[in-house]
Formats: sequence, structure tokens, C-alpha cells
Amino acid sequence: MLERPEDICGARIKMLKTQNLHKNFDGFKAVTAIDFEITEGKRHAIIGPNGAGKTTFFNLITGHLQPSQGEVFYKGDLITGLPPHRIVKLGLARSFQRINIYPRMTVFQNVQVALIAQHDQQLHFFTPAHNLYNNETNELLTLVDLLKEGNGVAGELAYGKQKQLELAISLAADPELLLLDEPTAGMSPSETGDSIKLINDIARRHSLTLLFTEHDMNVVFGIADQITVLHHGEILASGTPEDVRANNEVRRVYLGEEV
Amino acid sequence: MTDAITRTTAITCLVTLLALILVPVFRSAYLIDVVTEILIYALFALSLNVIIGYSGNVSFGHAAYFAIGGYTNAILLTTYGWPLLPSFAAGVLVTTMLAGFVAYFCTRLTDIYFAMLTLAFSMLIWAIAFKWRSLTGGDDGFVGILIPEIINGRIPFYYFTLIVVIASITLLWWICHSAFGRTLLAVRENAIRAGFVGVNTRAMRWWAFVIAGTFAGIAGAVFGMFHRGMYVESAFWTQSATVLIMTLLGGMFSFFGPAIGAATLFILERITNEYTEYWPTVLGVILLVILLFLPDGIVGLARKARGYLWGQN
Repeated sequence: MLERPEDICGARIKMLKTQNLHKNFDGFKAVTAIDFEITEGKRHAIIGPNGAGKTTFFNLITGHLQPSQGEVFYKGDLITGLPPHRIVKLGLARSFQRINIYPRMTVFQNVQVALIAQHDQQLHFFTPAHNLYNNETNELLTLVDLLKEGNGVAGELAYGKQKQLELAISLAADPELLLLDEPTAGMSPSETGDSIKLINDIARRHSLTLLFTEHDMNVVFGIADQITVLHHGEILASGTPEDVRANNEVRRVYLGEEV
Repeated sequence: MTDAITRTTAITCLVTLLALILVPVFRSAYLIDVVTEILIYALFALSLNVIIGYSGNVSFGHAAYFAIGGYTNAILLTTYGWPLLPSFAAGVLVTTMLAGFVAYFCTRLTDIYFAMLTLAFSMLIWAIAFKWRSLTGGDDGFVGILIPEIINGRIPFYYFTLIVVIASITLLWWICHSAFGRTLLAVRENAIRAGFVGVNTRAMRWWAFVIAGTFAGIAGAVFGMFHRGMYVESAFWTQSATVLIMTLLGGMFSFFGPAIGAATLFILERITNEYTEYWPTVLGVILLVILLFLPDGIVGLARKARGYLWGQN
């Protein structure tokens, strides 16, 4: 197939592309033949029932799992087989569905470490950590509204705030493509509302490309301009929110409506 | 876990240092010997804590590096008649290289597998020291280490030890509070997350292991000269266990905790031996108390007590 002119001139760069991606766990097919792509600047949601393969798909993209078959390309470069710490450096960061922070360190240090790694200073044995990246850390904490809690122990934060911290850690990697795994899971409705606003805000301000999974349809339709529906590890449908909402198959298996 | 050194810590360090400088004033040979040995063990325990407290893995074989530093320095000084400085430096360098080699394999693993592999390598070192009689003296020990004239004598050697140990601890403190040390803590807390912010966690753990081994080698080199001999027991797993208990007793979540643990355990052993031969039994009880009641060691207990007395923070 010929490449479309917009691909060549770079106006619509393919940030991420997967080709025929498979993952089997002891014979169980978690992800099957996924051909997926996301264009720069898009906010793309992956939805699907529990066990549809959303998190596995994320883990395959970010190097946490190796695919059984198939390839992952980031900005046209093959990244299959690279370890997570190399993939992050390319500009692809992620957050986690279950809280994944450094519980015994302070909120400030949680973000600071990500900045140290982002600046490749993790092997600076004689650079004092005290005051390192103070301004940048505080900026990120301000962004997610955690500046006041900076000196608190991260593990003692309320659940919703830990989710915000998780987001700040991911942003510290200065990503171009950000993967969020259920960013509002476990949040109260008001926290969810704030999060949608925050994520939209950050995506716009940092001109991020966003790929996220979510169960809450309000969040999905509140953020996404593209939606892909996974079912039993396969792509069931893909398109704009309107297309997906109108898709009968999707309504049957996922939105649970009789058609 | 505060950022900068707190005032209390700074004052405590200064007072301790002053007291250490003044130890020989009391003109007690016994006191000087005890403090010299405590200093050596304090450095040994602090070095182990880079692996345990900072990188979050338990090593059961840290004695290997203590012994390699001790034997190498002893052999070069005595058998080959090297001067102190190159011999000491070579002892440390050999330890560093060995630690780097062992760490290459050990850091492929975590948790109990890591611990078992460190134990296996340390037993290998022990077996070599035991069997290579012509070089190490085997189970008779390597006795009669030649000490340079300048530090030959109880008080000069005490100050030599003090300078080496304080310089090493300062260096360790610096490293543990650097960008490296901060990142290492993150690896301990959550290695997966650290990977996803761009940290090569295995490389971090490799460096932690090498740094820990190097400083254990320094402690071992001083230890050999202090006792005028190196013995295979120094490489045996019980020595690894002793330093591990010192670290846990003092508290692995504090930089100075292991040094406090080393002093406490050493003094307890001396006192116990005055009354009974059952030190291992007493040691077992101490270990039980740590595991059941003092998960964060003496320092953890002190922090809690401070919290109760002066309220939070």
C-alpha cells in the first residue's frame, strides 16, 4: 500500500504502531493479532470488558512483557524487545492501573527520582540529591495539585492523590506519548471529574499524544477523540466516539444493550 | 527520611567524633582495642546496608569481601613486602573487582535467589582461603602480618583506623545521599516503577553491590592488620550473618543505624562472654526480638519514642 502524503511530510506522524501483535500465556490468548496505530496529538481510548487484554496490550507496548509474535513501532522505529527503561527514554511513559509509587519516600522525592532518571543522573555518585531539580519537581507537583503535600510520605496520601502523584511521575519523564492505565479507577465521581479536566489540560499544554484505558464511559467520552474496543484480546471496533457508540456489535458485547 | 542532614544528626556526629578522638586519653588498652574493633565493624555494617537498606536486597555473603580485602592486604604486606599504601589500595581494588564480577551474576536475581547466590559465592571464597594453604595459611590462619612502623602500636593504629573509617563513612554518606543514592532508594521501593521512569534497575543494583563490597574490603584490610592475622572464619557464613544482624539491629532504614547496631552487638557480645559461654543463644534471642518487635531496629525504636515524646515530626 502506498503511503499517504501526510505520512511522508510528517504532519500526521504515526506515534505508535503495532503489527500483528500476539501474547499467549500458557496457551491463553490474551492479545491476538492487534494492528493498531495512533497519530500524533490524538487522545485515544482503549475500552473493553475486564480481561479483554487492555493492560496486557499496554505491557507489550512499554516493554514490560515481550510479545509472542508481532512488532511494536514508536515513531517508525522498532521497539519490540527493548527494556522499559530504554523505551521511556524514547518519550513513551506510562502510568499504572494499580497505584505504583515509592510508598516510603516523600511525595517530592517520588517525582524528583523520575527527573534524575530523565536527566540521566542516576549514576552521579557525588551530586547531592538535596535540592536537585527543586523547581521542576515543584512545578510538576503544582500541576497535579500536590505541592502542599510535598514533604508528606507518599504511601500515606489518600488514594485519589496517589493517582495524581502517579501521573506526575509519568509526566516527569517528559513524554510525547503518555499511556494511562485506568487513570480514574477507584476515584470518587468528583475526583473523576477533576481528573478528566486535569488530563485534558495537561495533554493540551504539553501537546501530548494520549493512549488510555478506562472503564468509566464518562471519562472515555470526556477525553477521547478516538476509541478502540478490545474484546477477547482482539480489536472489535475502532473509530471516533460517534462511530463506536453507533456500532451494533460494540453495543451488544460491551455497552450491554440489546440490539 | 529527611533530605538534608538534620541538626540533631549533625550534633550527634560531631560529639561522637570528638569522643572517638579522645578515647586514648583514658589510657585503657582494653577500651582502645574495643573501640578500634567497633569502628571496623561499624564500617563493615554500613557497607552492607548499601545493599540491604538502599538497594533492597539481602546479602548472605558479605563476609567474602571483608575477607578478600583482609587477605589481599595481609599477603601483599607480609609475603611480598609491599609498603602499606599500595598494598592497602591493591587489597581494596581486588575486592572491588571481585565484587563487580560476583554482582554481575547476583544482580540477575532478586529476593531469596539473590541471597542464596551471594551465600554460594562467599562459601566459594571461604573454600579457597581454606584450601590454598601455601598462600593463605589455610585453617591455621595467615598470622604475623607485618605492620608498618608508623602505625605499629596501639594508639597510632587506633588513629589510623579512626581516619580510614571516618573517611570511608563520609564517602559512603555522600554516595548514599547523592542522585545515585536517591535513585537507588526508588529501586528498593519499587523496582518496576523505577524501570518505567528510565532507570536501569539492574545496573543500579550492580553499582550498589560493588560499592558495598569495596567498603567491606577496606574494613577487612584494617581488621587483618589490627589482629595481626587473617583467619578463614572471616569468610565463613557466620561472619556474614553477624554483620547482617548488626545492620538489622541498628536499623536498615537509617544511614547510621547499622553503625549503632555494630556497636551494640559487639558490646553485648563482650559483656555476655564475661558471664557465660552461651553467646550464640543470646544472639538468637536478640535476633528474635529484632524480627518480632524491632523491624526497623534501634533507630526505628528511637524515632518512635521521639514521636511519642514530642508529637509527630
